[in-house]
Amino acid sequence: MSRIIRFLVRFSALLTFGVLFFIVGYILFRGVAHLNPSIFEFEYTSDNVSMFPSILTTLMLVALTLLVATPIGVFAGFYLMEYAKKGNKLVEIVRIAEETLSGIPSIVFGLFGMLFFVIRLGFSYSLLAGTFTAAIMVLPLIMRSTEEALLSVDDSLREASFALGAGKLRTIFRVVLPVAMPGILSGVILAIGRVVGETAALMFTLGTATQLPDGLLSSGRTLALHMYMLSTEGLHVNESYATGVVLLVIILLINGLSTFLSNKLTKGR
Amino acid sequence: MDKIVIRNLDLFYGNFQALKNVNMNIRENEITAFIGPSGCGKSTLLKTLNRMNDLVEGCRITGDVLLDNVDIYGGNFDVNMLRKRVGMVFQKPNPFPMSIYDNIAYGPRTHGIKKKSRLDEIVEGSLKAAAIWEEVKDDLKKNALRISGGQQQRICIARALAVEPEVLLMDEPTSALDPISTAKIEDLVQDLKKDYTIVMVTHNMQQATRVSDKTAFFLTGEVIEFGNTDDIFSVPKDKRTEDYITGRFG
Repeated sequence: MSRIIRFLVRFSALLTFGVLFFIVGYILFRGVAHLNPSIFEFEYTSDNVSMFPSILTTLMLVALTLLVATPIGVFAGFYLMEYAKKGNKLVEIVRIAEETLSGIPSIVFGLFGMLFFVIRLGFSYSLLAGTFTAAIMVLPLIMRSTEEALLSVDDSLREASFALGAGKLRTIFRVVLPVAMPGILSGVILAIGRVVGETAALMFTLGTATQLPDGLLSSGRTLALHMYMLSTEGLHVNESYATGVVLLVIILLINGLSTFLSNKLTKGR
Repeated sequence: MDKIVIRNLDLFYGNFQALKNVNMNIRENEITAFIGPSGCGKSTLLKTLNRMNDLVEGCRITGDVLLDNVDIYGGNFDVNMLRKRVGMVFQKPNPFPMSIYDNIAYGPRTHGIKKKSRLDEIVEGSLKAAAIWEEVKDDLKKNALRISGGQQQRICIARALAVEPEVLLMDEPTSALDPISTAKIEDLVQDLKKDYTIVMVTHNMQQATRVSDKTAFFLTGEVIEFGNTDDIFSVPKDKRTEDYITGRFG
């Protein structure tokens, strides 16, 4: 019996690794050969199908989204864990909202973003509409990781601070926040990954314009959208794989950064 | 002189009454020990003395707790100031995840001391008072979590002393420590009594006899007997006290 279980456990582990290895390998195999200098040219033309504007657009969208979602998510998490009394009605409502938001498929966010930001508020396909839509999408992620991070801070540390005559604000900023920081940051980095990899929520909010947005109300496309568009249009499938390679590298960099940061922050502890 | 006077104190967690009509005078520069079985209310009473119970939801208190004749539950009593005057050491050593120096300096900084030379003085003085200066003086930048449990507890005592309290509350300060560390802390407590009024919860009756001047025996939220430690342990007045200290229950 235990041999069967050992076999199953090993098989599952190998299968997981195998699938990942196959996908990464396949994309590299199909894409690396087509990483020509022309697809990194500054201007997009229908000949070079450059991904350079998309890379910059992705960076802009990620930065703007974090700017909107991080403060709201982190503050909301702090409210729920540090300020709200247990059994408070508002807490329950916020929790339900958070759980619902995190369970909604991203295309629904896209649809909402289009109806509300693009049409109702008249943002049209734009960086701004994309930012707000993506921000709503990653909000529960940041909130949840903030809550988990705060939950992991031992109450005895809060007590020690209060017992020395420190007030709530000082306790939170000097004792709780430094300990919770790696957890909060890892949530933010997860959020970056989510935005970088998102297509459905952005297609009808950020739009799919090929050029670099020249303002908040101008449209663009992220790398993932670019890849999606190239492959659906069917004319530049090879370039689409090349884009996939770049996307993969970016995701790997983000993951590496997250590990590096949390190691660095938890060191000396 | 009476440092703390507790009068007709009742304490409720929701509908549960955790303390019943407690009356007690705690004298200055004495060590008062609270003993009794788990759940008898001794830690609860300790936390009433620096209002740590304020952090517990649904906790309600009636009666008076006077510190130097002023009611600490009075309307305009500053809780943070109270906790500066009445310091606390917890059951489990709980140093902050920062350097030894910053641990000790946390309290003084909280209360507005910023000058480096003054902080250096306080850190050295507190670590000396907690009998740990010799062991850590070359490692003040070291993270406080990287020293032994016994040393951590003395760091916590030093941290509490750094805000110059008048009263020191200790909630089973040695229950998580080995015998050698325990002995060190018991010696330390004896020394500290010169300058501080100490109230200590303990599960260990030998500890109470070794260190304390007065002992209060608690049972289900009531103080059954309170008096000189020598009397309580040699000629207990109440049958229940006798049963407890001779190990018949608890």
